[in-house]
Amino acid sequence: MVIAPTRLLIAALSIAILGGMGSSIAAEADSDPSKVVVKDFMFTPMSLTVKAGSTVTWENMDDEPHTVVSNTQLFRSGALDTKETFSFKFTETGTYHFTCSIHPRMVGTIVVQ
Amino acid sequence: MLDDQSLLSRRNALKCMAFGGAGTLFALSGGVFTPIDLAMAASDKQSAAKLGRPLFVQISDTHIGFNKEANPDVAGSLTQTIDIVNGMSDQPALIIHTGDITHLSKPTEFDLAQQLFSRLRTTEMHTVPGEHDTSDATVTEYFSRFGKASDNKGYYSFDHAGVHFIGLINVLQFKSGGLGTLGADQLEWVAADLKHRSSSTPIVVFAHMPLWTIYEPWGWGTGDADQLMSQLRPFGSVTVLNGHIHQIVQKVEGNVTFHTARSTSYPQPVAGVGSGPGPLKVPADQLASMLGITSVSVVKHPSALTLSDTALA
Repeated sequence: MVIAPTRLLIAALSIAILGGMGSSIAAEADSDPSKVVVKDFMFTPMSLTVKAGSTVTWENMDDEPHTVVSNTQLFRSGALDTKETFSFKFTETGTYHFTCSIHPRMVGTIVVQ
Repeated sequence: MLDDQSLLSRRNALKCMAFGGAGTLFALSGGVFTPIDLAMAASDKQSAAKLGRPLFVQISDTHIGFNKEANPDVAGSLTQTIDIVNGMSDQPALIIHTGDITHLSKPTEFDLAQQLFSRLRTTEMHTVPGEHDTSDATVTEYFSRFGKASDNKGYYSFDHAGVHFIGLINVLQFKSGGLGTLGADQLEWVAADLKHRSSSTPIVVFAHMPLWTIYEPWGWGTGDADQLMSQLRPFGSVTVLNGHIHQIVQKVEGNVTFHTARSTSYPQPVAGVGSGPGPLKVPADQLASMLGITSVSVVKHPSALTLSDTALA
């Protein structure tokens, strides 16, 4: 009975460490951990994990316009021309799939923890 | 060694290719589209007369608002296109625009496009939207201007000179994998629209994205087009006109002729070349030859139509 709280504490610590590792990996991939680059007809990274309350920004680096449209209609950007950005604040945890409505093969995911 | 005849036809073929950016001219003969060189039609009035009065001219992918290197002056290219159409000795009865009127669905882009279109001597224009026309956050800009014909649904039909025209929308829903989609409601509407029509009625179907799969990795096709084709196959003469890919690709399958028109704005790469279907930069002196329109004539009214492509230069 005395051991149980200790185990809980260890479990909580592990989650905190894993969470920290996750964000440091994201930081290596791009200087801004809440940014999705739209380039060469792809969302990079294709899957981004952020904490609840984070604002994610998409920036179009192509000569061709792209859009960011949630599969559940939660968010929808207008057409983003070259170097234009779109941001959305994710307040609730979950997995959010999105696509470019102009080039629907372009797909991506935001995981909110 | 090439004889005069083959030199001539080769030159005409090159001219025809060169005209690609300005638009396309079509005649349908016995259910089969025969390409007609618009450059030739313009320079040789007798052969132009043989084509009959152009039933309509297809303009596509004007992309008003585009300003990148591949064509910094798309408004100028559209003006040039309109001059070519206005200069045709027999004016087409209709203009059909197969979408991507604008580049970014901005109100100012639609306004400029409409201002330019108002210079056309042929005033009756029918449109379907491209995915660039429905990329505003609220998807309202296109419909507030061009939605009336379809009661804001995007699909509608009408008759002209004994030909039944069907405009379809395939840019609003997408199947996973990226092909365009017509959707169950629209397919049901087509079935009802065709139900009591005689199979001898020539049918022209127009939509933005190709209604046949040209290149799936780039989404150059429509996922549920087979269901549409099975409804069209009983008809003796079916012409399917699309845009989207900014280059001419055509095929004939039984009584159905498929044709994609050139753009009037900028060329795109051949399927699969490069990272994606973006603007293709070509030397400035080659650009006009890769832009164009398509024109469609009735050769033997009302059962025969002929197709012809014309480039801007």
